Amino acid sequence: MGMTMRRRATLPWVLVLGAGVAALLAGTALGSTGWVNPWRMNDAEAQLLTSIRWPRSFGAWVVGALLGLAGSLAQGVFRNPLADPFLLGSASGAATGVAVALALGVSAHEGLAWFGLAGAAFVGAWAAVAMTVLLAGGVSRPMTVLVAGIAVGVVLGALREALTFWVPETLRAMQGFLLGSTSLITQSTAWWMAGTWVLCAGVAWSLARTLDAAVLGEDTAVSLGVPLVAHRMGLIAVMALATGVAVSQAGLIAFVGLAAPHVARRAGQVQHAGQMLFSAAAGGALLAWADVVARGAMPPIEWPVGLVTALVGGAYLMLVLRRRGREGALAS
Amino acid sequence: MVVSIAAGQGAAHARLENVQISMPSGHWLAVVGPNGAGKSTLLRTMAGLLPLEATKGHVQWDGASVHGMGARERAQRIAWLSTEEPEAEGWRVEDLVMLGRLPHQSLGARPSAEDRLAVRRAMQTTGCAAWAQRRVDALSSGERQRVRLARLLATEAPLMLMDEPVSHLDAPHQADWLTWVRALTRPVQGRGAVVVSVLHDLNLALRADSVAVMAAGHVLHQGSPQEAATREALQRAFEHRIVLTMVQGHWRCWLADVDLVDVRGVKRVT
Repeated sequence: MGMTMRRRATLPWVLVLGAGVAALLAGTALGSTGWVNPWRMNDAEAQLLTSIRWPRSFGAWVVGALLGLAGSLAQGVFRNPLADPFLLGSASGAATGVAVALALGVSAHEGLAWFGLAGAAFVGAWAAVAMTVLLAGGVSRPMTVLVAGIAVGVVLGALREALTFWVPETLRAMQGFLLGSTSLITQSTAWWMAGTWVLCAGVAWSLARTLDAAVLGEDTAVSLGVPLVAHRMGLIAVMALATGVAVSQAGLIAFVGLAAPHVARRAGQVQHAGQMLFSAAAGGALLAWADVVARGAMPPIEWPVGLVTALVGGAYLMLVLRRRGREGALAS
Repeated sequence: MVVSIAAGQGAAHARLENVQISMPSGHWLAVVGPNGAGKSTLLRTMAGLLPLEATKGHVQWDGASVHGMGARERAQRIAWLSTEEPEAEGWRVEDLVMLGRLPHQSLGARPSAEDRLAVRRAMQTTGCAAWAQRRVDALSSGERQRVRLARLLATEAPLMLMDEPVSHLDAPHQADWLTWVRALTRPVQGRGAVVVSVLHDLNLALRADSVAVMAAGHVLHQGSPQEAATREALQRAFEHRIVLTMVQGHWRCWLADVDLVDVRGVKRVT
């Protein structure tokens, strides 16, 4: 029995990591110029693979992993299966940051363009989360934090609309950001993001038992000696860091952060240490495959990857709702 | 344990006033009283979950102030079971019971052999060892209550506070609960655990070493069920709508005869 138990626990991991590796291989071999056999390629093809396709595929996986991790944290911290990493205003903040940068003409300076937009998105995301936490007067009441996040999102959204109204040229560039794209990820940013993921996952892993205890209700968690509010603050910071980094490099990619934790729970990962890692692996595989589809579906035209994840994620959620609707529960 | 509250919680919780309770080690105290008497508030205050200003009273356990202890130390020394908990969907019984060991585990550490032993023991005591691998959402409410009790026992805290611990339990398991409480409070090396339980079943409460009778935030009386004053306090708290009689050496409680009144409030002639 122990053997089958172990096999049952290992199989989902093999599947989700296998799906990620397969996506990385497919994403490296396939592209808008067609299929390249990695074992028989000329110098130009090798150059294309190592400097463009590989970093981009790997980057897509890492962005997905960051969003999957952040999504699992969001759903654990707010004990709500519909929570996603963007709900504390970070998406709105990042978009507003980019709008401000574009309106100020950052993209006109060649050298500044890339760092300017990514930096603006990151700062915007963090500022929005900080505003949310301040507005909620700390993190002792999760529901208040959620409502504050919605309020901050709405206000920043209005600000962004006003900016694009005054400076309409930013609209086109904004669209690329709002739909999400992996096309700007380079080798070095991919590794930077991977480093951030390791840091975030490490901190989150060490605080995971707090989320487990919170499943029993706040008072019971406190009675078990868990510093609930302090750890919640730490986890929200980790969530904001992971989301901010992902958003700054790839824009607003929908649904990965929402769907990945559901996949993890369906695979039996209810304890948060396992769930957040599985969710990251699922998010990585999801986004890496979405990237393959975005590039390969209609070459040489490339779809925004966020569009693909929104379609796939939306369809998945509808399926879950349909199935769960019959059973009358939403949680997994 | 000594609880002394001059004037306590306000706002969302019942207001406690003039509460004086004390008990030695190895003691089982039953807290009883009508709905809204402040029983759960008292238990939460004893658990250190509700603040208590030093000027308004103190809760002392083993020579230390409960409200002055660090969170972890308190968790190791005091276990608390709430009346209800959110459903832990998808969790397996064993993993849920393991959460009771959190006070003994450091951040990010894996369960030790001692933790596993405590969990196994607690599950055996409460009779849930056979479902260790089952999902808790597939269990009945009575079975779930036993899992919750197992988690409480797994803490191995010397003070156990239980809010309505026998709710959802069938008669044999209520009797089992009584046996565990007796086992917990039995002195080991001169000291037994202290159990404080809020009980609605007065027959069970009358088995306790002492009964604290509460009404409107006050403790009317704390004493052994054998004392006439305890039984008088019970009568007062329950507006003389109960009858207490001695049966086979135990005080038993019955509902006083009432006029049969139908739901529309029209008195029936009986």
